[in-house]
Amino acid sequence: MQDPLSRRQFILVSALSAAASAFWSACARFQPAPAFTPEERRLVEALADQVIPPDDVPGGKDAGVAEFIDRQLRGPYRRHRQAYRSGLAKIDETSRRTAGAPFAELAFDRQTALLQALEADRVPEGIWAPGEAREFFRLVADHCLQGYYGSPRHGGNRNFASWKMLGLDTPQVLGRVVVKG
Amino acid sequence: MPQGRVNAVVVGAGAAGGVVAKELATAGLSVVLLERGRWQTFDDHDHDELISQRTTVLGNAFGPDDERHRRVVRLGDRFQTVLPSEGAYGNNAGCVGGGTLSYGAMAWRFMEQDFRMRSIYGCPEGSTLEDWPITYHDLEPFYEKAEQEIGVAGDADANPFQAPRRKPYPMPPFAYNTEGRLLEASARRLGFHPFPLPMLRNSVPRDGRAACIHCRSCVGFACEVQAKCGTQNTVIPAAIRTGNCRVFTGCVAKEVLTDARGRATGVAYFDPRDRLQRQEADLVVISASATESARLLLNSKSRLFPAGLGNRYDWVGRNLQGHAYSGAYGLFEQETYDDVGAGATIGICDFNHGNPGIRGGAMLANEFIRLPYLFTNVRPPGSARWGRGHKEFQRKYYRRSVGVQGPIQEMPVFESRVEVDPVVKDHWGIPVARISGSRHPHDVEIGQFMAEKAELWLKETGAVQTWRRVAGRGVSGGQHQAGTCRMGNDPKTSVVDAHCRVHDVDNLYVVDGSVHVTNGGFNPVLTIMALGYWASSHIVKEQGLEARG
Repeated sequence: MQDPLSRRQFILVSALSAAASAFWSACARFQPAPAFTPEERRLVEALADQVIPPDDVPGGKDAGVAEFIDRQLRGPYRRHRQAYRSGLAKIDETSRRTAGAPFAELAFDRQTALLQALEADRVPEGIWAPGEAREFFRLVADHCLQGYYGSPRHGGNRNFASWKMLGLDTPQVLGRVVVKG
Repeated sequence: MPQGRVNAVVVGAGAAGGVVAKELATAGLSVVLLERGRWQTFDDHDHDELISQRTTVLGNAFGPDDERHRRVVRLGDRFQTVLPSEGAYGNNAGCVGGGTLSYGAMAWRFMEQDFRMRSIYGCPEGSTLEDWPITYHDLEPFYEKAEQEIGVAGDADANPFQAPRRKPYPMPPFAYNTEGRLLEASARRLGFHPFPLPMLRNSVPRDGRAACIHCRSCVGFACEVQAKCGTQNTVIPAAIRTGNCRVFTGCVAKEVLTDARGRATGVAYFDPRDRLQRQEADLVVISASATESARLLLNSKSRLFPAGLGNRYDWVGRNLQGHAYSGAYGLFEQETYDDVGAGATIGICDFNHGNPGIRGGAMLANEFIRLPYLFTNVRPPGSARWGRGHKEFQRKYYRRSVGVQGPIQEMPVFESRVEVDPVVKDHWGIPVARISGSRHPHDVEIGQFMAEKAELWLKETGAVQTWRRVAGRGVSGGQHQAGTCRMGNDPKTSVVDAHCRVHDVDNLYVVDGSVHVTNGGFNPVLTIMALGYWASSHIVKEQGLEARG
């Protein structure tokens, strides 16, 4: 049989648990700094909606693709961070130069046309190195597809949007041992 | 911590290393099995496509990790340092079980002709095509042992082209899924001979493990119910149960040690805390896969072996092969997707040999389930890769497409090779593997031939649109890497003898795909396992080792 806590022990335990709970709530508030600035994030969301446009199924933006990319740039895609910083700025510069406004403010079809130009490397002089526009757009488009179709654990594919679109049960039903037909 | 001197140290707990460890331990010999990776479970990765072994964009779930490992690969006209999660690395896996933890688990025996490629076809210019020094019949009992002990489901009577076999498979075959049923009917109409694919996967409960539950995340993943049979849940636990085998995980081999007489004395390795250790042994077995086994030999330099072990005639690392997968895709009006994994259920061997103007060929099989991100790459030429067109295609055809492809038996090329890089080193300061060269031009011709057959099959199945995919002449190796320590009778043109023993080091063996003279038109894992049994049988009989405690 254990002795009940002495008063002194009780005070010590109370103090420790108060300190611990303060520590944990501080941890919960701590959010690592996002990779994107708010402007960059808006731009990436617009790009995500271009790669996977919304219709009766959510597009890239609503499926959390920008969040997916942001998280990866703080993780396994740290090596692409510089490419994003400079590439996103160049997309906006291209947009201002050719359409008079930042990319995210353009109409949807105007955005599409601009990305088609990037993909074909038809870009105004003095912004991109040869081939750079195409390479950067392909990188971003690929990351958008990963975020949209990959596991929601990485921040994209919110509410299993893409898997529902493809008719895949989510989560997978286990024990489907009977082969249909 | 290293043990005292043991009978054998085996480097690499993959398809062959696991078998060798178990066979030697069962024979009463003491074994240390060194593995750079760790034990893995399904929970480590879930059904996460983006870190599966097929789609490694966010990392390799089953190793090796991007932080500590590097390779140098010749891409175009320059050498480039690449990470394990990048395609050019040519990764297999780095964990207990190696590739067998997460593989698709096709359980092919090579055919008799696959061991006699030069005699049958003659060597094309620019190739080192050669016969194996052993025949299918030498290996047959060991194929059988692999099938029985590790576990294969299949129909032993269904493939008229298979080489002679004595025993049926230990488990009944898997049923065809929807794709399989569609393809079976059309194959019969075309005069092909379809059959259910043999699989290292439980079709019924066996060996204390469950039967397959047919989830969609099979190839590239650890099995959540342990229905897939790899070395990590069969022979390696059996080795441990003997009490004679210790598995050291997180241990990275640096070099094979030799004495003044040129005999192997053990292995120097880095333990999980990066401390250099030595494991002394009566004999050393290298089973680290074709790239890493060659690298380890080349990094084991000494006064007697200035160019690395087994490399007196510059053959270590040469003839790197893999499989130039080629085939076709077809789109259908009706639904072909039934969500019944693993997905690949049907195959044909009508075109492995005897093709006009073609040396060898490949088996053809329907594809494993294409997961949603991977499917974004399944597109006919000229399709939209993004935008509304992309989404429409994904939505319409994810459930209405079938892929058929096969692993082209590559023509070995001397300049397709693994070396050690003179500059780049890994986390432990060990020179990394440097991969260069390209596939033989004939591989592309074989690929075109096989892709035409695959397309023909899909059209007969009712595809409304088809397109071919033919592998190019890029760097070889990859998941089915092989050939870098060729088996042969002549020490001047091979690295190991017919029993996988390095020619000029009596107590050093290489046992894995490295020793393949040619790599078959099949997934090579069952052959690698069979070679594990074959070499072990020789070691137990011929090395005359006294058991050490």
